[in-house]
Amino acid sequence: MLVRAGRFRLYAAVTEGSFRRYATYRMATAAGIFTNTVFGLILAYTYLALWDERPGLGGYDQSQALTYVWLGQALLTVMALMGGGFEGELIERIRTGDIAVDLYRPADLQLWWLAADVGRAAFQLIGRGIVPMVFGALVFDLTLPPDALGWLAFLVAAVLGVVVSYAIRYLVALSAFWLMDGAGVTQVAMLAGTFFSGMLLPLNVFPGALGEFARALPWSALLQMPADVFLGERSGTALLRTYAFQIGWAAALLTVGRLLQAVATRRVVVQGG
Amino acid sequence: MSPLREGLRAYRLISAMWIRSLMAYRLSFAMTALGNFAVTAFDFVAILLMFSQVDRLGGYSLAEIAFLYGASCTAFGLADVALGSMDRLGRRVRDGTLDTLLVRPAPVLAQVAADRFGLHRVGRLAQGTLVLAYALVVLDIDWTPLKVLMVPLMLLCGAGIFAAVFVGGAAFQFVAQDAAEVQNAFTYGGTTLLQYPPTVFAKDLVRGVTFVLPLAFVNWLPALYVLGRPYPLDLPSWVAFTPPLVAAALLALAGVVWRAGLRSYRSTGS
Repeated sequence: MLVRAGRFRLYAAVTEGSFRRYATYRMATAAGIFTNTVFGLILAYTYLALWDERPGLGGYDQSQALTYVWLGQALLTVMALMGGGFEGELIERIRTGDIAVDLYRPADLQLWWLAADVGRAAFQLIGRGIVPMVFGALVFDLTLPPDALGWLAFLVAAVLGVVVSYAIRYLVALSAFWLMDGAGVTQVAMLAGTFFSGMLLPLNVFPGALGEFARALPWSALLQMPADVFLGERSGTALLRTYAFQIGWAAALLTVGRLLQAVATRRVVVQGG
Repeated sequence: MSPLREGLRAYRLISAMWIRSLMAYRLSFAMTALGNFAVTAFDFVAILLMFSQVDRLGGYSLAEIAFLYGASCTAFGLADVALGSMDRLGRRVRDGTLDTLLVRPAPVLAQVAADRFGLHRVGRLAQGTLVLAYALVVLDIDWTPLKVLMVPLMLLCGAGIFAAVFVGGAAFQFVAQDAAEVQNAFTYGGTTLLQYPPTVFAKDLVRGVTFVLPLAFVNWLPALYVLGRPYPLDLPSWVAFTPPLVAAALLALAGVVWRAGLRSYRSTGS
């Protein structure tokens, strides 16, 4: 029990340290808020034009569609949809061989980086998520959760989204053990992240089979699902199904990550001689 | 040698060096160029997906929006290939490596612009050109010599306007070293805005990008002349021919801002 409590304190410290680390980049955060707001504004008008033409498209009314835009901007860095999380650092450590040092530490590699990424995501949500959302709410008529329970339901979906996002990017980073250069995989992950998360366009606007395919992929857990929970599109058993989908993908991807990590670690030992 | 020729020479030499280094890993270059192509192609895929649900957006057809999109992307792509590395300036100011450039006997602007010259950015340029070519094929335009002339003129002047935004944004980073993302709002944000017709946006936003930061001269005004569409804000018809003046004025202004930024630079000493 004592060991377990100690472990928990260790990972909590990693999370907090990561939060603080991102909090030091004040100017970059302010610049990011500005950029998210500008993009939110541009997208909001294109969505308005789209929903003007087709009211009720994808099951959203105009206000919900606008809210979706600002949620996308708020969650863009939280979910690291275009990359920019821990994975660059981990890839660099694998490439240079510093990873060998990490593997000797009495901490689990996967949990360590998860703790760090949760700290990063928490800062991004507070630092870069709130201001664009408030700006959007002031300029447009947004659909907000009606009560505290609605906000809580969204927060749970967002946290699960962060874990799925982490699990995907952990796999991306581990690929560096085999490829040595993570640039290609990182770029593919970024493409998939922006397209299949619903960042470019809500997945329920995608036509036919493409939409069904996109909604079944893990990336839909990052933006589309938290957004639908926020917009009150999923409640009761639908909400539970959403969580189950997110937890299912998180568990599957984290397990694959663990297996790959085991294979990769053996490889490092062999390489290191 | 005049400062301009000196600058161009330095730019050519440094960028040629980076191209040689890129070409040492041809497969990696091809992949990043392809990636660059794919990243931007998704923007157009999003528009195609929108048009799978509607026939018009802001009163414009897919072909017309493809024309706006292609023009904006191609102009931006040209500026991005030439000056896309400028957003690294903030990092150089922060870590002190800008000092190395200052002591070299070549114009700093040319050195910063050619620094890590990213030929893979042609991926974005290629994507914009393809969409533009598609638009020109499917559009039903009453071509006149003036309209034909307007297309290349629009791309060149648009590239000039975006180039000025790149240089101005980089100059801003002398002051705010950590704010490369602000530049993204105007560069990437600007090209995204121009991909859609002005009828989509609020009047004040259109006024802002016409009179304050004149991005409307990149493609909206000249392209709407070619398409035979009314201009935003009831502007007179001759404004479609002013992009060269606007581009020249903006480039001159960017030069002044750049020099002011460079003069204000204080090394971190590290």
